[in-house]
Amino acid sequence: MELLQLSAVAAREAIAAGDLDPGEYAAAWQEAAARDDLNAYLWRAAEGGGEALAVERPALPPVAVKDIFCTEGVSTTAASRILAGYRPPYTATAVRRLLDAGAPILGKTNMDEFAMGSSNENSAFGPVLNPWDRERVPGGSSGGSAAAVAGGLAPWAIGTDTGGSIRQPAALCGIVGLKPTYGAISRYGMIAFASSLDQCGPLTRDVRDAALLLGLLQGRDPMDSTSVGLPEAPRLPEREDLRGLRFGVPAELARDDLEAGVREVFEATLGRIEALGGELAEVSLPSAELGISAYYVIAPAEASSNLARYDGVRYGLREGGDGDLLQMYETTRAQGFGAEVKRRIMLGTYALSSGYYDAYYGQAQRVRTRIAADFEAAFGDVDLIVTPTSPSVAFRLGEKTDDPLEMYLNDFFTVPMSLAGIPAVSIPAGLARPAGGGPELPVGFQIAGPAFAEQRLLDAAHALERAIGFDARPAAAAAEGGSDG
Amino acid sequence: MAELEPVIGLEIHVQLATRTKMFCGCELSFGDEPNVHTCPVCLAHPGVLPVPNEQAIRYALQIAAALKCEVAPRSIFHRKNYFYPDNPKAYQISQYDIPLARNGRLGDVRIHRAHLEEDAAKMVHVGESGRIHGSGASLVDFNRGGTPLVEIVTEPDLRGAAEAASWARLLRETVRQLGVSDVNMEEGSLRVDANVSVRPVGSAELGVKTELKNMNSFRFLQRGIEAELERQRAIVEAGGQVEQETLHFDPATGTLTPLRSKEEAHDYRYFPEPDLVPLAPSEEMLREARESLPELPAERIERYESQLGLARDVATVLAFDPPTAEYFERAAEAAKGVEPRVVANWVTGELAAALRAAEVEGGAAASKVAPEALARLVAMVGEKTITHRSGKEVLAALVAEGGDPEAIVEREGLAMSGDDGELEAIVAAAIEANADAAEKVKAGNEKAIGAIVGAVMRETKGRADGGEVNRLIRAKLGL
Amino acid sequence: MIEREQVLHVARLARLRLTEEEVERMTGELSGILEHVDRIGELDLEGVEPTSHVVKLENVLRPDEPRPSLSREAALAEAPDPADGAFRVPSPQAEA
Repeated sequence: MELLQLSAVAAREAIAAGDLDPGEYAAAWQEAAARDDLNAYLWRAAEGGGEALAVERPALPPVAVKDIFCTEGVSTTAASRILAGYRPPYTATAVRRLLDAGAPILGKTNMDEFAMGSSNENSAFGPVLNPWDRERVPGGSSGGSAAAVAGGLAPWAIGTDTGGSIRQPAALCGIVGLKPTYGAISRYGMIAFASSLDQCGPLTRDVRDAALLLGLLQGRDPMDSTSVGLPEAPRLPEREDLRGLRFGVPAELARDDLEAGVREVFEATLGRIEALGGELAEVSLPSAELGISAYYVIAPAEASSNLARYDGVRYGLREGGDGDLLQMYETTRAQGFGAEVKRRIMLGTYALSSGYYDAYYGQAQRVRTRIAADFEAAFGDVDLIVTPTSPSVAFRLGEKTDDPLEMYLNDFFTVPMSLAGIPAVSIPAGLARPAGGGPELPVGFQIAGPAFAEQRLLDAAHALERAIGFDARPAAAAAEGGSDG
Repeated sequence: MAELEPVIGLEIHVQLATRTKMFCGCELSFGDEPNVHTCPVCLAHPGVLPVPNEQAIRYALQIAAALKCEVAPRSIFHRKNYFYPDNPKAYQISQYDIPLARNGRLGDVRIHRAHLEEDAAKMVHVGESGRIHGSGASLVDFNRGGTPLVEIVTEPDLRGAAEAASWARLLRETVRQLGVSDVNMEEGSLRVDANVSVRPVGSAELGVKTELKNMNSFRFLQRGIEAELERQRAIVEAGGQVEQETLHFDPATGTLTPLRSKEEAHDYRYFPEPDLVPLAPSEEMLREARESLPELPAERIERYESQLGLARDVATVLAFDPPTAEYFERAAEAAKGVEPRVVANWVTGELAAALRAAEVEGGAAASKVAPEALARLVAMVGEKTITHRSGKEVLAALVAEGGDPEAIVEREGLAMSGDDGELEAIVAAAIEANADAAEKVKAGNEKAIGAIVGAVMRETKGRADGGEVNRLIRAKLGL
Repeated sequence: MIEREQVLHVARLARLRLTEEEVERMTGELSGILEHVDRIGELDLEGVEPTSHVVKLENVLRPDEPRPSLSREAALAEAPDPADGAFRVPSPQAEA
């Protein structure tokens, strides 16, 4: 349908001009969402129960919301059994802002349980499928949001990014995913995984839509002490060239085990930057390669504390309540949490425990200081830093589930920016075949900037996006009624 | 065996009397229906975040100033992680190695640190006996959960149970006079735990300490510490080792029971609270805290003792009751020629008793006795214009009707006969009328003088000064 | 490099009951992850301050003004075992 091809920016204009009936438009998207054969949605607005989320006068396209955001009266599970059936008594600030701006909620999307994962295979409600190849993962943890946007089931979506959970699925699904500066968007109502890393962000079909969505979400929130908002509201980017901008390519993040296809697309994109007048330079981020190690101490440590409230007392699952208190705690949590969540809770508890704090949590936070300093130093020389978003294209379901460490290494390029709290965006840069052979799949290109430099980031990403002209679409998109390509 | 001395430190929790909780806008109240003052934040729903209460910070700074602490230029919050139903996040937001305040002093006891944290919810056991142990269930009420607390930890400077209770009273009164807390031990807005150990006198090392909890009155505090000191002494004197443990005081029996929990000592896995940013109190906030302090009890006691010559216990009574202390100062000022000490004794002694007898509430300052009136009365007794006993009669009249003591003396005819000649004549007559008694006194029987004194008193209707009468009798008898 | 005993101890701290199979599997998995994570110990970071807060803010406070609380019904709406207006839980069991 033509309606569904409109970008969010265009749709907003058309609604404002009276050329597009917002009710009709929302209905068209609800129909599209209903054709979900990717398991992208855990709840769709059309199912009902969303009275507390009503929007009187829709002015914007409806948004798919990762099921990590609390929505009053509507199931919010974080894709976990421990919150199955839980309906929050309040709505997350980020979602409230969207509703107040006139953007209705289209549905709640599937994700890796408690945002822990890079493939959306850790959901208690089944994996999400990649619209490009239904035997492959969409990436994670915002897999449902990414698949929905890429698969024509939603015009745009919000997700969360802690170590790459917006950028990596955006890359694997061939769409735009932005993680803003830490503190740009309120975390109130966003179920916490790792408090010092979690950030809300947009997943969209193009960079201008991402800028529009970011503008609606950002701002200081009195309910979140760590929120600062952006220094100014982002403008829709218009930039068409990259003249005067220096792009740093970090030496330490060059890897042998990048898939060949990913490497090719990355190099080609570097060429495009130069063709647009941008300058390339090598930069050094000496501590960045320890990012995964530091991240997999800090994030699980904070998570082990954040997830301790799921204890069967006040809401959510309760099991073993016939026994004593300890039994109730242990049984509830044993049955409510999936394997990856348990693993990270264990890791995090260990890292904080008596005798280990200094060597693990303390040390990891020092590494983090170094990484942030590395970026700051590099940004003294270049304006933006670029890397591949993911070392590979979308891998097969089950391919990396045997070895957790192998799965963690998917975050290699995205984690350092999370640790430093700086903004980064992934844009689709081309297609490549996976190492083991298979169909051509999207490759993401990551651009990172200094803290609060979202405008610079969006402007450059937009110019590059134009030049790349990525117009491939998943072969059997749901909206088309599915035919093999 | 060397003599053992007690070594005691106190850990005090003060609930602040703010309007709302420490990290959310729920109202604080006392005694309401369960779970009517809760919100997603203090119920620890998924996704919620804490935001600190500005007034709680200010109150904490006032406490720090009153305890003469150094305030950290920058302090942070930490998470203290443990599972319990009254701890909904499964962590308490507190302060760990960078607390708000350190290194203070109150009276003779050094303050180690003072920091901010949030209170747990209330758990009530249902089922059988109402005690925590045993089968059954508990009901959790989150109204109290999240109340702002200041935790104060002293150095182990106390050397006895009575001293500890007395110092705890001073601390309570000091905080009470700041207006930042109800500090009511029975209601739980003041909680005092004790760390107790013994060591040989003269030793500089600390013995193994035990922690005593659940003493909810100053009397129980003293009793609990006494019981524990006895227990520890017995162990050490028998050659044993005191074990580190936590003991729970049972008010019903006055004994301490060890709290055995299912796991080893808690590993709280402290780490800096990522949801809160550091506190860096401004110069202005610090100055406001200092300037907000009234003259606190410890200072007032010191001033009364050293400058006005009051005895410590009298000074303490006054310092713990500022309106009465102010009354005393006005009276002392007005009572020229009378030592403040004497005025103080009247205020805390005779006047307090008279008010009690007349069931007058509100203390001296609320009574009908003007400070100047009291001053005049005390002076008259001192000048021997009236006897002490007459003075109390006048006081009772002042309490009942107010007014001027001189007028009352006049009206009741209470003035002592100042004319020695008149008195001498009465004494002579009495000796004559009691010749036997006079002889016995001359012979060495002291008690016999009572009959003669009694006769004089009857004649003067009790207005003569007993001491003076005695003197005159003896003079006349040639003794 | 993480021992079975440690795994059991950590599981207790985290209130997770693990099956025997899980204990075995986790001992291996955690050891593997920790080996990788241990690389952070290679850097000499003496004198480097740990990042405890990402945002450079201080004194973010809230005025002492009441905000509406939830009604008791709303507070208990999701409770697994509401009773007498409160949240009922099994009692802690004392060890003999």
